[in-house]
Amino acid sequence: MLGSPIAPASPLIALVGNPNCGKTALFNVLTGSRQKVANYAGVTVERKEGSLLGSSGRRVRILDLPGAYSLDPLTPDEQVTADVLLGRRAGEAQPDFVVCVTDATNLRQNLRLVLSLKRLGLPMVVALNMSDIAYRKGIAIDPQRLAAQLGVPVVETVGVKTTGVAALIGVLDRVQVPAVSAEPVVWHTPTAADIEADQAEVRRILIAIGGDRIDGLTFSDRIDAVVLHPLLGPLILVVVLFLVFQAVFAWAQLPMDAIKAAVDALGTSFRHLLPDSLLRGLLVDGVLAGVGSVLVFLPQILILFSFILILEDSGYLPRAAFLLDHIMGSVGLSGRAFIPLLSSFACAIPGIMATRTIQDPRDRLATIMIAPLMTCSARLPVYALIIGAFIPRRAVWGGLELQGLVLFALYVSGVLSAMAVAYAMKHRGSGVRFQTLMLELPAYHWPNLRNLSIGLWQRVEIFLTRVGTIILALMVILWALSSFPAAPPGSTGPAIQYSIAGHLGAALAVVFAPIGFNWQISIALVPGLAAREVAVGALGTVYALSATGENVSKALNPLIANSWSLPTALSLLAWYVFAPQCLSTLATVRRETNSWRYPILMAAYMFALAYAASFITYRTALLF
Amino acid sequence: MDTIDEASPVANIPARTCVGLADLPPGMPARVVSVAAVDADTPPELARRLSELGFLPGELVHIVRRGLFAREPIAVRVGTGTFALRLFEAACIRVCPEQTQIA
Repeated sequence: MLGSPIAPASPLIALVGNPNCGKTALFNVLTGSRQKVANYAGVTVERKEGSLLGSSGRRVRILDLPGAYSLDPLTPDEQVTADVLLGRRAGEAQPDFVVCVTDATNLRQNLRLVLSLKRLGLPMVVALNMSDIAYRKGIAIDPQRLAAQLGVPVVETVGVKTTGVAALIGVLDRVQVPAVSAEPVVWHTPTAADIEADQAEVRRILIAIGGDRIDGLTFSDRIDAVVLHPLLGPLILVVVLFLVFQAVFAWAQLPMDAIKAAVDALGTSFRHLLPDSLLRGLLVDGVLAGVGSVLVFLPQILILFSFILILEDSGYLPRAAFLLDHIMGSVGLSGRAFIPLLSSFACAIPGIMATRTIQDPRDRLATIMIAPLMTCSARLPVYALIIGAFIPRRAVWGGLELQGLVLFALYVSGVLSAMAVAYAMKHRGSGVRFQTLMLELPAYHWPNLRNLSIGLWQRVEIFLTRVGTIILALMVILWALSSFPAAPPGSTGPAIQYSIAGHLGAALAVVFAPIGFNWQISIALVPGLAAREVAVGALGTVYALSATGENVSKALNPLIANSWSLPTALSLLAWYVFAPQCLSTLATVRRETNSWRYPILMAAYMFALAYAASFITYRTALLF
Repeated sequence: MDTIDEASPVANIPARTCVGLADLPPGMPARVVSVAAVDADTPPELARRLSELGFLPGELVHIVRRGLFAREPIAVRVGTGTFALRLFEAACIRVCPEQTQIA
């Protein structure tokens, strides 16, 4: 996404501001698509850098620092912002110039940060953002008068319009890299008295510029009267959630089928073009089939993140968190966890990626750890196969269909066990800890198309990079495990039985015997590490079926119905409620938490739960 | 700490009875007098955080809405911003009701 390389001598400008001040929108207008998103080293805080091409043809580097209420950090986001500004962050240069972005409609809150930044001694300008909204609300703030009071230059900006930043670009265009680096400032952590003194100063400034006004009832209040209403609020929330859920599953079906068809067609043409060789096997069965099985979730991810970004940009997301906070809080989760968890019903990977909206690191970790317990769509083919083969189609309790009921019970089991795990995690530490909320409910805004598309593209890029690197590598390894060594000549069993995966499966069969899994199931679970639904195809391979794609399930149905016992089938269903074996998810957890500890912990606890659940199910079913 | 009966109507509170923000009736404007931890269980950084969000002595606050269950969380207007707080957080903010009711 980055244009031409940025010359090292170009000045580094940092955008700083309170959360919800429109800073990212301003950054998007300034840098357009010339952005690079990464993580700060050692933490999962997003680092966004872009470049601005000035009218003189000179490039300046712009760093979008995470939103902060103060320079005395309490969250990892604020820690990064404070460290970078103070020049204390390893690997990051201290910015040459600071743009303090303020929301013109909320200066009473935002100006305290300006006063703190002034003490840093770095050259700076204050961007009076959302000045158009302020005008519409009748808040006329004269930038010159504000500048005189603050002793810092002030420019008006409209962060969502390309024409709204001309004055700011003019200022940034003149920023020079100082010849001598600035004297390091002696930074004192502000005391309570300092903060109070700052607020007194803010009040003085606001009175001096005639901006000391508090509206009784705002436009956002009128929306909130409905959205946060005790009856209407939850109703609206349910409708929104249903719409998201519906869109992720229904709208994504067509493009998902198209991707599946394209991957299959590509595989077929490779089969025709290339001679039967190891290379063909690697390309078709390893790379294409493996990557295709994850890539197929791209449409769901696109739709899901569109919704998340719209909900976030408009200001609805914090309201939804407000409504859900009490329920989620009772099991130790943040209200904000609901979107990542909802996403995980499609696939845990975007769900875990979406936990970035949770600021508290402990809350975020708890959400990541339970996300894979939401029944993802990759489990559906497995559920469909087993339910189709073992659960009779009949009506129970006046019209309810037994097969559907079992499927519903499996979803509910996932959710309940997630709540139980979250609850256990909350009470694991030392006694009860107070979980803070302190969530800002910002004014509502119309979502902006530019911000949406840039945000969406960044999510897609992260997902595709992951598919192209770590997931691709894992798929190739799994393919190799399932293909080597090849079956000896004249062998009768399926080829996979002789491979490393086959031997692993045979060894696993000993482990899985107490929960009723036969060796065929055990072998199928090994390639099922790639993506949960791959186990269905692998079962087809183990039972030496020649059918491919959709037909595997149909052909398998009578086969397993005859060869597995009902307790075995129920045990496998119970196993899949937890199903610890999704390497792509574990790889994503490793990436998002920047540690091996959590993916290992996740795999271990899910394996233990899966084994226990299957054991109880199997042993109980045997009694009948 | 002065507390008020949960069901008490707004009119029953004398204008100058200062309470924890958690006990302020919705819609009643009040001014912050102090922000401090109420007991030893309160996380030490809580009061500072509330100050940084703008809950500072002299600022005008009112409760916009209470949560559906257990009256929690509460949405609080402070100055020109709005924050959702849990009750134990709001309890750290001591407020004195103003004379006039917000329309």
